Amino acid sequence: MTNHSQNKIPLYGKTLEELIAIAIQEKLPKFTGKQISEWLYHKHVDTIDKMTNLSKVARETLSAKYEVGLSEPVKVSESNDGTKKYLFENENGKFVEAAYIPESDRATLCVSSQVGCKMGCLFCMTGKQGFQGNLTANQILNQLRSIPEFEKVTNIVYMGMGEPFDNLQNVLQSTEVLTSDWGLGWSPRRITVSSIGIIPAMNEFIAKSQCHLAISLHNPFDDERKAIMPIQNVYPIADVISELRKANIRGQRRVSFEYIMFDGINDTPRHVKELAKLLSGLQCRVNLIRFHSIPNSPLQGTPDNKIIEFRDALTAKGVFTTIRASRGQDIQAACGLLSTKALLEKNKDNK
Amino acid sequence: MKTWSDFEISQRRIVSNIQIAPGAYILKFRRNFNFLAGQVIALGVNINIEPRYYSIASGENDELVSILYSEKIDGKLTPMLSLLKSGDTVIVSNPFGTFTQVAPKPVFIASGTGIAPFASMCLSGKAKGATVIHGAPYSEYFYFASYFSENLGKHYIQCCSRCMQGSQFVGRVTKFVKSWTDLDTNRQFYLCGSAEMVVETRDLLISRNVPFQNITAEIYF
Repeated sequence: MTNHSQNKIPLYGKTLEELIAIAIQEKLPKFTGKQISEWLYHKHVDTIDKMTNLSKVARETLSAKYEVGLSEPVKVSESNDGTKKYLFENENGKFVEAAYIPESDRATLCVSSQVGCKMGCLFCMTGKQGFQGNLTANQILNQLRSIPEFEKVTNIVYMGMGEPFDNLQNVLQSTEVLTSDWGLGWSPRRITVSSIGIIPAMNEFIAKSQCHLAISLHNPFDDERKAIMPIQNVYPIADVISELRKANIRGQRRVSFEYIMFDGINDTPRHVKELAKLLSGLQCRVNLIRFHSIPNSPLQGTPDNKIIEFRDALTAKGVFTTIRASRGQDIQAACGLLSTKALLEKNKDNK
Repeated sequence: MKTWSDFEISQRRIVSNIQIAPGAYILKFRRNFNFLAGQVIALGVNINIEPRYYSIASGENDELVSILYSEKIDGKLTPMLSLLKSGDTVIVSNPFGTFTQVAPKPVFIASGTGIAPFASMCLSGKAKGATVIHGAPYSEYFYFASYFSENLGKHYIQCCSRCMQGSQFVGRVTKFVKSWTDLDTNRQFYLCGSAEMVVETRDLLISRNVPFQNITAEIYF
């Protein structure tokens, strides 16, 4: 597998339409675009030289300006529970992480969509490093394509570093490559995009994609959610849910709500009642998530017995509720722990 | 991507668009809506270009709506916005957002153009007893400085990261907060600025025993 060169344009992550446009621009037959997509997404080659049904001239022409554009992870950490955390370095020297989570019946890859994050949620490590940039579709898909478990991955969740709906065009392009017949041919039902609920982007995503949607809810009360999630000042969760009601997502496509449990903060009967009221009549599920403590945080995780009580109380009110298993905590790969802040600071010191 | 389709929009004629510091502008148009200090609008030059959100910087009862913006050289919108003159038009959404509830004696902490919602709150008479802490790299970037100085006196603190010694605190907002001797942990703190500033300042306040529930943040995105 090759690493990025500084000045060549990566082909991996381009849509069929873009590949055809490249073929035409390079004065190659239009069908070359389709051939390239087959080599990239069906035959999984890692260099243009290996696209052997393209003429030698076509390969030379393409190689002058383009490359497949895959880059291997620069580091891997492995958890006691089998979870692996991969670190990728982009060509601009910025780092992102992805987490591979194997289970008995599936293997999930949690991918990043941005370097850092602008959203500033109180409980998230990624937010503590600020925002350094959007990932391209190539850089998002590379997190899947370049890990050794590429062919074992059954599900992808956009729950790594960054807010996917703050980088919607690249996220949509990556899901188009993942789900198209000319692309990787995945079912959109194996892909979940998670957001804090940026309404315009959420509506566009619902209209343009068939992938599952997960919304980070974490508190049903306006003032309390504001204290942990600044986005509540711009897009209140009640408005997000109102938009979801209008979208009327049903059938196989799923809307879920992520709810990290903070001891004494959002885990009381009052929260159960308000949450059930907020979600009443909406076809959805709630995923309760254990909080993985981060340095200097004023928040503590809810004990397991209280999480179970909370689940049971919500279920009794007719809300389908599950508890998400924690994975990869010992390598800082669990929910809310991905961060490349240390590398960022090291790079600053070296300059 | 932000789109216009989610908003009620109107075309507004620009009354003025004045550069107030290198790369920083205040654009004004006549008010055709009511708003609450702290709210934002989506602003753009036409519906084919993605709008950006800006906090309103003027008072709730002012005849003109003021928008403070800084020009991003590689941006799509602000280089076009900065070329507009009086009589040209912009597209604006109705105001939205709920960064509007202010407790008595608030502490406003901002960097750069993040001062806009706090200027609006003060100009609307909604921030009695406020302390304003504003961070900027150079003196000319302390927007609304004369207003704050006149009205807040010693409760207006400029944190100038690249100034030589002078009347301002020399250093970033975070450096000031770290060493702020008059910090009253019972007050409500409101933050607005870049993600880095907001997150770092919030962590510092929490480390100095301000309950996280006393901190409200507005973010740029």
